[in-house]
This record gives sequence, C-alpha cells and structure tokens, in this order.
Amino acid sequence: MAERILSVENLQVNIPVPSGMLRPVQGVSFKVDRGETLCIVGESGCGKSLTSLAIMDLLPTKAIRTAERLELDGKNVLDIPETEMSDIRGNLMGMIFQEPMTSLNPAYTIGNQLEEALLRHRNVSRDEARDRAVYLLEKVGITAARSRLRQYPHQLSGGLRQRVMIAMTLMCGPDLIIADEPTTALDVTIQAQILLLMAELQKEFDVGLILITHDLGVVARIADRVAVMYAGQIVEQGSAKQVFEDPTHPYTQGLLECIPIPGKTERGSHLGSIPGIVPSLVGEMNCCHFAERCPYATDECRAQPVELRPGFTDEHDYRCVLTPEQCAENLRQKVPA
Amino acid sequence: MLIYALKRFGVALLVAVAVSIVTFSLLRFSGDPAAAMAGESASESDIEYVRKHYGFDRPLPVQYYDWAVRALKGDFGESIYLKRSVAGILADRAPTTMTLGALALSFALILAIPLGVLAAMFPNTLIDRVALGIAVIGQALPSFFFALIMIIVFGVWLRWLPIAGHASWLNFIMPSIALGYYATPAIMRLTRAGMMDVMSSDYIRTARAKGLKPRVVLFKHALRNAIIPVVSLSAVQLGFMLGGSIVIESIFSLNGLGSLAWQSIQRSDFEVMQAIVLTIASFYILLTYLADLLNAFLDPRIRVS
Amino acid sequence: MANGTVAEKLPSAQAILEPSPMSQMMKRVFGHAGMTIGGGVLLFIFLMAILAPVLAPHDPYSQDLTQRFVDPIWGAKGTWVHPLGTDGFGRDYLSRMMFGAQTSLLIGFAAMLISGILGTALGVAAGYFGGRVDMIITFIITTRLAMPVILVALVVVALIGSSLTIVIWVLGLLIWDRFAVVMRATTQQVRAMDYVAAAKALGCSTTRIIFSEIMPNIVNALIVVATLEVAHAVLLEAALSFLGLGVQPPTPSWGLMISEGKGMMFFKAWVIAIPGAALFMMVLCINLLGDGIRDVTAPENRN
Repeated sequence: MAERILSVENLQVNIPVPSGMLRPVQGVSFKVDRGETLCIVGESGCGKSLTSLAIMDLLPTKAIRTAERLELDGKNVLDIPETEMSDIRGNLMGMIFQEPMTSLNPAYTIGNQLEEALLRHRNVSRDEARDRAVYLLEKVGITAARSRLRQYPHQLSGGLRQRVMIAMTLMCGPDLIIADEPTTALDVTIQAQILLLMAELQKEFDVGLILITHDLGVVARIADRVAVMYAGQIVEQGSAKQVFEDPTHPYTQGLLECIPIPGKTERGSHLGSIPGIVPSLVGEMNCCHFAERCPYATDECRAQPVELRPGFTDEHDYRCVLTPEQCAENLRQKVPA
Repeated sequence: MLIYALKRFGVALLVAVAVSIVTFSLLRFSGDPAAAMAGESASESDIEYVRKHYGFDRPLPVQYYDWAVRALKGDFGESIYLKRSVAGILADRAPTTMTLGALALSFALILAIPLGVLAAMFPNTLIDRVALGIAVIGQALPSFFFALIMIIVFGVWLRWLPIAGHASWLNFIMPSIALGYYATPAIMRLTRAGMMDVMSSDYIRTARAKGLKPRVVLFKHALRNAIIPVVSLSAVQLGFMLGGSIVIESIFSLNGLGSLAWQSIQRSDFEVMQAIVLTIASFYILLTYLADLLNAFLDPRIRVS
Repeated sequence: MANGTVAEKLPSAQAILEPSPMSQMMKRVFGHAGMTIGGGVLLFIFLMAILAPVLAPHDPYSQDLTQRFVDPIWGAKGTWVHPLGTDGFGRDYLSRMMFGAQTSLLIGFAAMLISGILGTALGVAAGYFGGRVDMIITFIITTRLAMPVILVALVVVALIGSSLTIVIWVLGLLIWDRFAVVMRATTQQVRAMDYVAAAKALGCSTTRIIFSEIMPNIVNALIVVATLEVAHAVLLEAALSFLGLGVQPPTPSWGLMISEGKGMMFFKAWVIAIPGAALFMMVLCINLLGDGIRDVTAPENRN
C-alpha cells in the first residue's frame, strides 16, 4: 500500500486586482503517493505554477489561498504559522524552479548554498553538510564535486546549475519534490538528460514528484499520473496510460492532437490546433471554462459550471457534461480508423 | 583580479596628475602668486622682483614640472602666510576633516540604509512615506542653513551641544549631521531600489523555498547583493563631503582642511590652496578606487572570470 | 560602455534618469500633485522675481538705519510697512526677498545654460563617436568629478574677484558633469537605434544626423537634467554668497542675506529663517518639477 505524501482538496487561489478578483486556481484536488510522479500539464496561464506555489505557501503577498484539505505526510499544513511552514520548506518538501540561470545567489559559492540548505534544518557540522553536498553533486552527475563546491554560480552552465538545484532540494531528504518546468529554459539536448536524472533520483530516493510542464513529450516519458489543467481547473486526471491512450476531455484530446509525441504520433498525419483563446479568470465563470473553444459545446455547457465526474476507471476523473462513451466516440471520429 | 586592480590604479594615477595640472593652471591664470606673496602694499617693482626670484615668470609647463617634482618628494612648498611647510600644515589639519567625513558618512549610512530597507519591505506604508519625506527634504535643504538652524535649536535653545571649536567628540555631532544628511536621499533611494529589485529575484525565491529564516533571507541573501552599488555611491558621496567640508568647518570653527582652505583663500596662499585641492581630489580618487576594489570583492562575477 | 580595456567608471546615468522609486511612489501618493504643486509654486516665485521691480513695496537697496531689524508682521512690533521686517541696514526684507529670487533664478538658469551646452556637447560627442573620443572625454569627466566643486569655485572667485557674471561663468564651467554623463549614455542608446543606421546609410552628414536624429530623442533626458542642475546651481550660489564669495553686497541674494543675518540669528531667528526657507522651497519645487517631468516622459524613454 503506497504511502500518501500529499493530499490536496479544493485548493483555491484568489488575487484581488483592480478589475475584480482574479481566480487563477479553482477547486484543484489531487494526491501524490511515495515513489509516484504526477505531471501537471497545461498551457501558459492555466494556473499550474500558482498551484505549486500555493502548496509551498510561497504565493505573492496579495494572493489568498484557501483549501478544504492540504496535508503533507498526513499532517495538516493549511493554516499553520509561518515559522512551522519554513521548517517544512526545504526539509520535508522541496521545489525546483524554471530558471536555473537566476535561481542561485551570485554572491555565494554553490557549496555555501548547498550546505546552508542542510544546516538550516539539521543539527550537523559544517563538514558533514559538505560531505552530503559532495555526495549529492555526484548523484546528479557532476564530476569533481568537491572542487565544484568552491565555484560560483556564474561559472556553471544552465544545465549544471539545474543539477545543483536538484541536489539542493535533496539535501534534507524530502518526501515531496515539486519541479516547476525544470527543463523549459534549458537546451533541448540537455532537457532529456535532466529528466532522466530526475526519474532515476526519484526512484533512488523514493520521493513523490510533482512535475509541472507544458510539454507533453516530457509527460509521456516519466509520468505515472497526469492532471490536465485548463483555465484554473483540473479538467482531466488519471494514470498516464489512461490519459494518453484514451483522452476523454475535449481539451486533452485537442492537446494530444496538436503536439507530436514520439512513439504515438504517426508520420504524415495532420497536426491539429485549438482555435480561440483562454478566457479571463477575473470574476466568476458560471459555465464550462472550455466552452468557447470546444467543438462539442452545447447550451448546457454554457449555462452552469461543470463538476468533475468519474471517467473510465476509479482513478480517472474528467470535467465534461458528456459521458465517457460519448467522449471516446468523439475521439474515434477525429482519428480515422 | 590583480591585473584589474593595477589597471584601475594606473587610471587613478593619471586622473590625479590631470587634476593637479588643471588646478595648477587655474590658480596661475586666475591670480598672481607674485602679487599675493609680495603683499598688499607692494609696489610694481617689488612684485616684479618676487616674480623673478621665485620663478613665476617662467613658462607655465616649466613651473608645473618644478612643482610636480617637488610634490612627488612630499614637498608641497611653503605657505606664504604661515611660513611653514605646506605638507606639515596639511598633516596637522587632515585628521579633523577625515574624522568629520567619516562621521558624516556613517550618519548618512546609519540613517539611509535601514530606512531604504524598511521602505522596500513595506512599500506605500507610513515608513515608506517617512523615508520619502526625509529624502525630499534632504535634497532641498542647503547645508549651511541646516547647520545654522541646528546651532540655534540644539546649541542655544536646548543647549544640548557645543557650537564651536573642537574640544570633544560632542563638537563633531552637529557638523557631521549637517555634512552627511545631503548624501542620505541618494543612498536611501539606491538601497530601496536595489532591495526591491533583489527581493523579487529568483534566488530569493529559492532561499525561501529552502525554508531559510526571514532574517537570513534578508541579510545574508538580499542585502548582500543590494548593497553593492551603495558601496560605490558612498565612496563618491564621501569624496563630495570632503570638498563640502569648507562650508561646515567654517560655520563650526573646526580646524580641518576645509577651514584651512577657507583661510588660505582669504589670504591668497597659493601653495596651500593648490595642495588642499589636490589632496581632496586625491582622496576622492582613492576612495573611488577602493570602492571599485571592494565591488570586485563583493561581486564574484567581477572577481572570478 | 567599455572602450578598450581600461574604461573609467562613470556615475550611472541610468540612476539619474530612471523614475526614482521615490517619484514613482509619490505618483501613487499624491497623484501628479507633486509636479503641479512644485510647478505652481515655482511659477509663483518666477513671477514674483520678474515683477519684483513693480511689486516690491520698497527699494531693496534703500537703507534706513533707524529701522534696523524690525520684526516681521508676526513679531511683537511688526507692521505692514515691512511685512517681513528689515535687515541690519534697515532695508525692507520683503523687497530684498523678491529681488533675491531674481538673483537665484538668474544665476540658476544662466549657469544651467552654460553647463548644459558644454556638458551636452561633450556627452553627445563621446556617445556618438565612441572610440578614442569617448575615452578622452570620459577621462576629462572623471578628472572634473575628482575636483571638489565648491573649493575650486571659491578659489577661482577669490582670485579673479566676484560678481554676478563671474559666479555664473565659474559655476557654469564647473557643473557640466551630470549633463555630460547623462547625455553620453542617452546618445549611446539612441545611436544604437536603427533609424540612425538608416540615416548613415543614406549618407547624411554627421552634423545632420546629430541634430535631426539624435538630439530630438535625448531632449527628454536633457530637460530632466537641466531642472536638476538649476537647483544645483541655486544651492551652490547660495553657499558661495554665504561665504562672501558669491554675489557681492548690496545685491540681494538669499545666501548673502543668511550670511548678513548670521550675527543676529540667536536673537531674531527669522533673519536667516526667511531666506533659508525660501531657498528650501525653491529647490524643493524645482526638484518636484524635475521629478514630475521625468515621470511624464519616462515611458517614452524606456528602451
């Protein structure tokens, strides 16, 4: 029985803006188990980054976070004091950001910044921290690790810096790691290496991994489970196999059409596109968020909000008025037999 | 790093030479050292005699060369008025001005940096507006007027502080404040802008994500980076303060370089005037040079290629 | 902006030009009130200065030794004859204040013009031609920066003799550094723009390029620096006059009035407080106006 690392129920993020209340994260719920990789996918602006910041409680000051449940390792982390939260950050859960070039402090050596991560949470000596840093640097594939400790961030390439970031999140042996588009800013050739590295490390250190990305190719490679987000909501959630082979929600179907996926897309087939633009997230939307762009939208879709409903299996949910069978039928009609 | 230091030192030297040339020429063109030396009641022939005797009739470059060679040996000539070596007089008076300058800059930093940090941490709140007010006032208030007001309020009405002389460290309080507050707006603005910039940077987000305590994030990570441009600015401001000391020292009767400059201006004491301008300019050059080096030390990106 | 390997470090033009966080903040707090209030009060001072010969109740030079140090209207024995009292020679303070405004503004603007022309010429040349020209001019600027302005000004004025004209010229020839630094940086920015390259490709002469392509685009920065330098010159003149080496008596100058009133300041603080407050007010308004102009033109300045 897999151990539940993270439980999120009905997470909302509201941000007051001059024109009203911006609601970039609406009713997001998911779970992550130990050793499992959950990929949150969606286009820019769908709310996936803010979701991750909300879990870490690193939202901008103006943002208001609410949830019915937010539990890490079975313990509530929802409205705990900031001192407790900062004890948890970097310790029980860690985060890797998108921009390796600017995510490290240029004024200190990487050794200093790595050791600092451990010394903050554990009562160890500087030497012990240093040893752990060397150990992890080697784990992330950095050679001559001990001498690297004395280097400054600007002396390392983007790929190396991201490896350092990965090592830094592992310093305290967390149970959960959130990676927000960790490879987007890197060269395409490096992306695959870093992803492979993360998958290996996840197995070795037995952590729960949330990987946020807009790149379905990445998802196909390492996800156990997938949550597709659109306009602040999760529109489909299930095992990677389920979502890729039988995408149910029209948006997911559209996404998979748009992007060539190694191993799945057939050479010479037509790449689709989803017409329209993402709706504004200011104020309440009393309809399906995807209705404007959905080829199957009906009046019912535009009349009231749509809830998540079970899909093909226990572990599979999606947010549409159509039945799973109807969705499957739509898919069959798109792809000639 | 060493090459960097040497190169900048070379430039500094060149600038110092240029300043000495400009000052020398300015003095010679503006006034007549022979007439000054001969005194007010001298006749034309007396002045002519002095001119020939001291070589003031030679071409300017020659005079400068002479002066420069002597100066390099530490001989800045003799004060026409005081009949002492200029170098000696300067050495006597310099500590007071240096102390004044250091205290003034300290005052400016102690006031400006915390205010700037607080203003950056709590934008648009009361503290931010207070900081704004101080900056706006500081930039518009003439230093000599501020000095006089302080003398009236603290020296006479409240009788908290002495108003003239150099008997004790208390004598330096008002002069330091009068001299230093003018630098406060610029330093505070720079600190505030730098902190706001840095606080929204990615590496601060990383520091928070690591669970570091707020004080650590603020001082170890944020301020450390935001302070770098403030170092250069402080050096420049200190240089300006040394020049501006002439006004403050006159008002408070402090016997530093500033008041010496004032006295020698009134007496047309050429050698002293030349030496003081060059000394203060040299300090400015030295300070900016040191600031450059300190910058390189603080910012590894400059230091380590 | 490195030219060759040994570029000198100039003060940041960016720091001077970017809407200071202070003024951005002020915009939120006061709206554009800062600029309007500053500009308004400045206009008032300006009018008062220009119309002084007409508006002033008395001749600022006429002395009346029986009426020395009469209190202003709020004092014990003040009267409306001399609303701001009289100075040590019995001269009406209000009239002297009005004519003093003339002096400050005249010197401020004149010095700004001289330093502006000199500094802009140097800055644009350095920014446009780059290379060795830039190196030389930057060296000149650094040299000027190393020299203590007040000291040098005092020294020169003491030797040549002081008068309104001399003060204007000495200040003008000394405070051009900010113009040079800022114009240099702005010109460099503008020169990198495509429309300049286009003009060059069309074979336009250098003079033509400088005046019709470059200048119009650096005018905004120029105006901002110009207002700041007027304030700078006003403060410098006040300091010089205070020390006795600026404008000479009996010409009314606020700095001089403070110096003349120093002897009485322990008994009648208003003698120095009034001209001092006026100086403060004038410089404050000039700065507010400059900040306002910078805010208003800033978005277009951004590259």
